[in-house]
Amino acid sequence: MQSIIEGFAAAFRLIVTLNPELWRIILLSLEVSGTALMLATVLGLPVGAFLALRRAPLRGLVISLLNTGMGLPPVAAGLFLYLFLSRSGPLGFIGLLYTPTAMIVAQCILAFPIVASLSHAAIANVDPVIRQAAITLGATPIQESLAVVKEARYSIMAGVMAGLGRVMAEVGAIIIVGGNIAGYTRVMTTTIALETDKGNFELAIALGIILLTISFSITVALRFFQRLGQGGTSGN
Amino acid sequence: MGLELEIIHVFRSYNGNPILRDCSFAFAGGRTYVLQGPNGSGKSTLFRTLALLEKSDSGRVEYRDGGRILAADLALRRRITLVLPRTGIFNTTVFKNVAYGLKIRGVSRAEIEARVNDALLAVGLGHKKWQRASELSSGETKRLGIARAMVINPEVFMLDEPTANIDSANTAIIEDIILKMRQDRQAIILMITHDPAQAQRLGDDLLLMQDGKIIPA
Repeated sequence: MQSIIEGFAAAFRLIVTLNPELWRIILLSLEVSGTALMLATVLGLPVGAFLALRRAPLRGLVISLLNTGMGLPPVAAGLFLYLFLSRSGPLGFIGLLYTPTAMIVAQCILAFPIVASLSHAAIANVDPVIRQAAITLGATPIQESLAVVKEARYSIMAGVMAGLGRVMAEVGAIIIVGGNIAGYTRVMTTTIALETDKGNFELAIALGIILLTISFSITVALRFFQRLGQGGTSGN
Repeated sequence: MGLELEIIHVFRSYNGNPILRDCSFAFAGGRTYVLQGPNGSGKSTLFRTLALLEKSDSGRVEYRDGGRILAADLALRRRITLVLPRTGIFNTTVFKNVAYGLKIRGVSRAEIEARVNDALLAVGLGHKKWQRASELSSGETKRLGIARAMVINPEVFMLDEPTANIDSANTAIIEDIILKMRQDRQAIILMITHDPAQAQRLGDDLLLMQDGKIIPA
């Protein structure tokens, strides 16, 4: 019990004194996960919107694949990406393995199905009367689709937040393709795993507290967007 | 001379169940038509067909301008409108709801501001323009739907049960709005109601939907 209390005390000292190593790790985590999420949103939102708004062939199959991808184990994603990026793999010549870029790609693969699938659900659940109202007011087919997507914006944001929660917390994929190299590819989750293994609990606890704070903030943001989305009305 | 509208031998059925059966009628410009009829008689289907939201199985809806038949394209759709029974209010402010039809037409910001303010004043929602539309009562939501359609100055203005399920105070306000539209505009106004007294108050011509056809009441 004493060691836990001492660990927490040391961890708080690291946070309060703005320990440079701690902050470097936090900033790299935010950079990797933020970029991955941005890419996943840029790719996933149009896919989700297209699936919700157009009757494309193989639509059902694609939706099923995306739903399956939401539960993709990070270690499996990391393993397959590793096989592609390793020197003997088909993309080995790019030299991305053990770089932050490889970690971004790995997290993008994990976040993409979440963003696409939840965007699809959000847009598909918009009351059809919204689309009809846009048509009766003179919307072109594109304006009509944009009106529907805009109506789903808060639910889409909730999906993006869910994607952020997924990538911020994952360790399996980035440790395989990033290699956990100090000062280069070491992020919060991989540091916690490593430092715990080594018995250095101060840094691990400090990062754990920061990670929990970020997770809590994501949950608060998620609830905020869900509540805004529920405020929607399609009239009587 | 505004738009003229004629529906010619239109048939429409759902799952083999005929709704509109050889429905024909010519609507003259500047008149207000009030359509009555039992639930399921095809009133809303007729309006959705006239608003080009649905296609008929056979027959045609003909819009004419100065005798010339107009194609059922975006340009025509932007001259007509239908206020749906469930209004389809967007999850944003009252102002942005009313501004929508103007914004998608590329109207300037200054003109949007002026026209939206006028429309909101006309329906008595001027003081609520920055409120979220989801916070409005059912009666106010109906009025917002009318303002959103009015602001685009439609030449054919269809209202599907604009006073259904709202209190008498809001009903009176909406009736006043429609009466004022009758005076001010050269538009064809078409409206559905289940209230015969209201039909008498508002309509130049009273119509009845019977056996999938329009007949004068």
